[in-house]
Amino acid sequence: MAMIDEPLYPIAVLIDELKNEDIQLRLNSIRRLSTIARALGEERTRKELIPFLSENNDDDDEVLLAMAEELGVFIPYVGGVKYANVLLPPLETLCTVEETCVRDKAVESLCRIGAQMREQDLVEYFIPLVKRLAAGEWFTARVSSCGLFHIAYPSAPEALKTELRAIYSQHCQDDMPMVRRSAATNLGKFAATVEAPHLKVDIMSMFDDLTQDDQDSVRLLAVDGCAALGKLLEPQDCVAHILPVIVNFSQDKSWRVRYMVANQLYELCEAVGPEPTRSDLVPAYVRLLRDNEAEVRIAAAGKVTKFCRILNPELAIQHILPCVKELSTDSSQHVRSALASVIMGMAPVLGKDATIEQLLPIFLSLLKDEFPDVRLNIISKLDQVNQVIGIDLLSQSLLPAIVELAEDRHWRVRLAIIEYIPLLASQLGVGFFDDKLGALCMQWLKDKVYSIRDAAANNVKRLAEEFGPDWAMQHIVPQVLDMINNPHYLYRMTILHAISLLAPVMGSDITCSKLLPVVINASKDRVPNIKFNVAKVLQSLIPIVDQSVVEKTIRPCLVELSEDPDVDVRFFASQALDSSDQVMMSS
Amino acid sequence: MNGGDEVVAAPPGPPQLLDWKFSQVFGERTAGEEVQEVDIISAIEFDKTGDHLATGDRGGRVVLFERTDTKDHGVSRRDLERMDYPIGRHPEFRYKTEFQSHEPEFDYLKSLEIEEKINKIRWCQTANSALFLLSTNDKTIKFWKVTSQETSLVARSRRVYAHAHDYHINSISNNSDGETFISADDLRINLWNLDISNQSFNIVDVKPANMEDLTEVITSAEFHPTHCNMLAYSSSKGSIRLIDLRQSALCDSHTKLFEEPEAPSSRSFFTEIIASISDIKFAKDGRYILSRDYMTLKLWDINMDSGPVATFQVHEYLRPKLCDLYENDSIFDKFECCLSGDGLRVATGSYSNLFRVFGCASGSSEATTLEATKNPMRRQVQTPSRPSRSLSSITRVVRRGPETPGVDANGNSFDFTTKLLHLAWHPTENSIACAAANSLYVYYA
Repeated sequence: MAMIDEPLYPIAVLIDELKNEDIQLRLNSIRRLSTIARALGEERTRKELIPFLSENNDDDDEVLLAMAEELGVFIPYVGGVKYANVLLPPLETLCTVEETCVRDKAVESLCRIGAQMREQDLVEYFIPLVKRLAAGEWFTARVSSCGLFHIAYPSAPEALKTELRAIYSQHCQDDMPMVRRSAATNLGKFAATVEAPHLKVDIMSMFDDLTQDDQDSVRLLAVDGCAALGKLLEPQDCVAHILPVIVNFSQDKSWRVRYMVANQLYELCEAVGPEPTRSDLVPAYVRLLRDNEAEVRIAAAGKVTKFCRILNPELAIQHILPCVKELSTDSSQHVRSALASVIMGMAPVLGKDATIEQLLPIFLSLLKDEFPDVRLNIISKLDQVNQVIGIDLLSQSLLPAIVELAEDRHWRVRLAIIEYIPLLASQLGVGFFDDKLGALCMQWLKDKVYSIRDAAANNVKRLAEEFGPDWAMQHIVPQVLDMINNPHYLYRMTILHAISLLAPVMGSDITCSKLLPVVINASKDRVPNIKFNVAKVLQSLIPIVDQSVVEKTIRPCLVELSEDPDVDVRFFASQALDSSDQVMMSS
Repeated sequence: MNGGDEVVAAPPGPPQLLDWKFSQVFGERTAGEEVQEVDIISAIEFDKTGDHLATGDRGGRVVLFERTDTKDHGVSRRDLERMDYPIGRHPEFRYKTEFQSHEPEFDYLKSLEIEEKINKIRWCQTANSALFLLSTNDKTIKFWKVTSQETSLVARSRRVYAHAHDYHINSISNNSDGETFISADDLRINLWNLDISNQSFNIVDVKPANMEDLTEVITSAEFHPTHCNMLAYSSSKGSIRLIDLRQSALCDSHTKLFEEPEAPSSRSFFTEIIASISDIKFAKDGRYILSRDYMTLKLWDINMDSGPVATFQVHEYLRPKLCDLYENDSIFDKFECCLSGDGLRVATGSYSNLFRVFGCASGSSEATTLEATKNPMRRQVQTPSRPSRSLSSITRVVRRGPETPGVDANGNSFDFTTKLLHLAWHPTENSIACAAANSLYVYYA
């Protein structure tokens, strides 16, 4: 290959392709960077390829993004860790572009490289880079620098550490909200590397700045810091410094800040310990569950199970459960939907008695919700309740709701419930499938909407898989086969489809004795579409049944069909015959 | 708070009357030259520093100008002196580049043509040496990056924010948080993240359940210059609503409502039409909002919702002609307004390519009419800067510009076809850029 004969070739191609007008070629060439570097060798990669890439920073975002990513794993190609510093300049440039995702990727790659660099190299190359970015004229550089401190800091000598903390503190008060946001986002990571005495003084004062920022967009990121810092501090410090902040945040004027608190609150419970949780966090959480803004209630409702798991059951029953009751009739369907998606998880937390007494009525009211998402969210998590209250009680109360959904006038709702039926079957067991549900499964095969019939055929197959051929022979197969006499050809086609799906599950014997005769019979149908589908089904049955059956029953039928007046029927019949020939030859 | 006295706290006594001079014109028309529809300027905007100026036109183009008097752009001072330029510094611009921002489109689902006309331009935070701006037509907002590559300037569309507006977009406005902006159409306001073009959040929706109940539409919207949670929007009924994004995700209820009820005696068929606000602008400090309706400019203090702190009559003399103006649709013309960077003056456009500048500082009676030509004072009637009559005791001052339009004095009739709709005040200096059809005029004082 040219690559071996002519060492100049790859770099020439790369440069050529990197300048090509076609972005795809430029992208391909960046994606092949490691191949090219291997061909060039370590030294030329360091001296030619990397400098070339450093200059190539005004390209489409996609190319820059790919470059930022590739460079992150480039240490082996430049000669190992001792040369890792040569990778810093191009990434430093990428840290200043305006496109956020490129910068983020460049920062990620720099962190990856920095984490492997030798300590003296970090001091000599990496820390100066962080300082340069931090002093950057444009906010983009300063934004990127915030994400690098946690790599730079541990290796820095004492004086530099002081300087780095001071720089970070400036970032927390930068004129540009973008920089303050980045400082807030990365504070937890940085704090984790800072020594305990500085943590309590310097970092906490930065944290205070951020929590009092004028911009909601900064404050709400500081909420993240609460949980991160809370885990680093001793419990008593956490109670003293973080708890008041989070309680304040939970009453912030901005719903977006409260929304963040609602999402994070449960993480703080462990950090502050049980007593402050009971005295401060539970009341704060209850306020959020009753917040004026639906978005906040959605976030709070979505965390109700996680929160209850941390509390002892009495507290949960006493304080949280009343709110849950209110939320189950909330005016916002999205709140109810969020609640429905997690509420089943509360059953194991509360235990059997409380579940039956308190939760079950809520489940039932959510199951009757006018908004289908709410109902589906409940049904998809039924197994959790089953384990607590048992199947009898559950099926009594649930079945009517499921039947109602199964007959919903929106076909997408029907589709969703069909897709849950096999799951329900596996969760609730065979006893759950009484005649009513069985009848529903059959009814879907006759639905007006194709997607429903298709899903219903699949459903029949999956039920057979779940409960085994014997059960299927009793509860499904006869009913399905009955429907082959439906006067409408589209429904007869659905049955053919169901048969082809059922056959592999039911096995050779049942296929031959029960399914095959029905298919053969259908080959006499007056509608050509049925006939060529018969040909297709027969083809799919060939591998399942005995060779003798193929010879005796399937092939004669196919031969007959291959002489049909309809061209499509002839086509599929001869296709099936060909495939049976091949099976014969191979066996 | 007694508004009128406190319009601007700082300077003692009214500021001097400004002496406006012509500075530059771009795209000047020669006599008898016919204006191409596509060349008509439809948007003007200075960037935050005032070093750049952008215009948009009906042909979907954006033209950028850069300031030449502050930075040395290769022309040495000596050269300038030899050319006998006045060294007295005032903003001067030169053509920088232009690009095609929007193309005419056709919405096949609704069978609607979408014009390429640029409705608004807003400059964005500079992230590196490149320039960034948002431009919008009726339906689609685009985010542009302009960089110099080798010797030429290249504009690249970085993002396209489309398919979020059922009605025509009238405003876009950047948030002080540097990451979000809003776009407003007749019935809705959407909130975007600059980095995300495929989703936006609807924050205001005034569409009634039944369109027959529609009585009011959104005409203009702008973010507060420093409070990221606050924005104002104006309506066709002449009200301004201030909303606080912190209160709820969907801001259907306003925090404050600013409106001035029309005296029942002066009600007429046209009352509602001329009350419609065509533009609002926050003053730089964020405390005042300037609004323009068909007849007046009004200055509002956001701390005082009982009425405007000042009203400036712009078109009062047109009142007898409202019927004609309705007949020829001129009554629906949307004039923009602007404030000086120091908040001491306001300006807006009028017919016959005239624009008017009013002093809004306490005690100022400055009211100047200028014409967008090389001789801006040509049309101006002698309106001596009358010493302020003792109005300062009245809370709400209604200042009147010259009631008799200069026109009549010159014996000319107003020309409703030449209207000066778009103008912008330099953020830091007394310089105004305004559009007369396809020409961009820059004045200074």
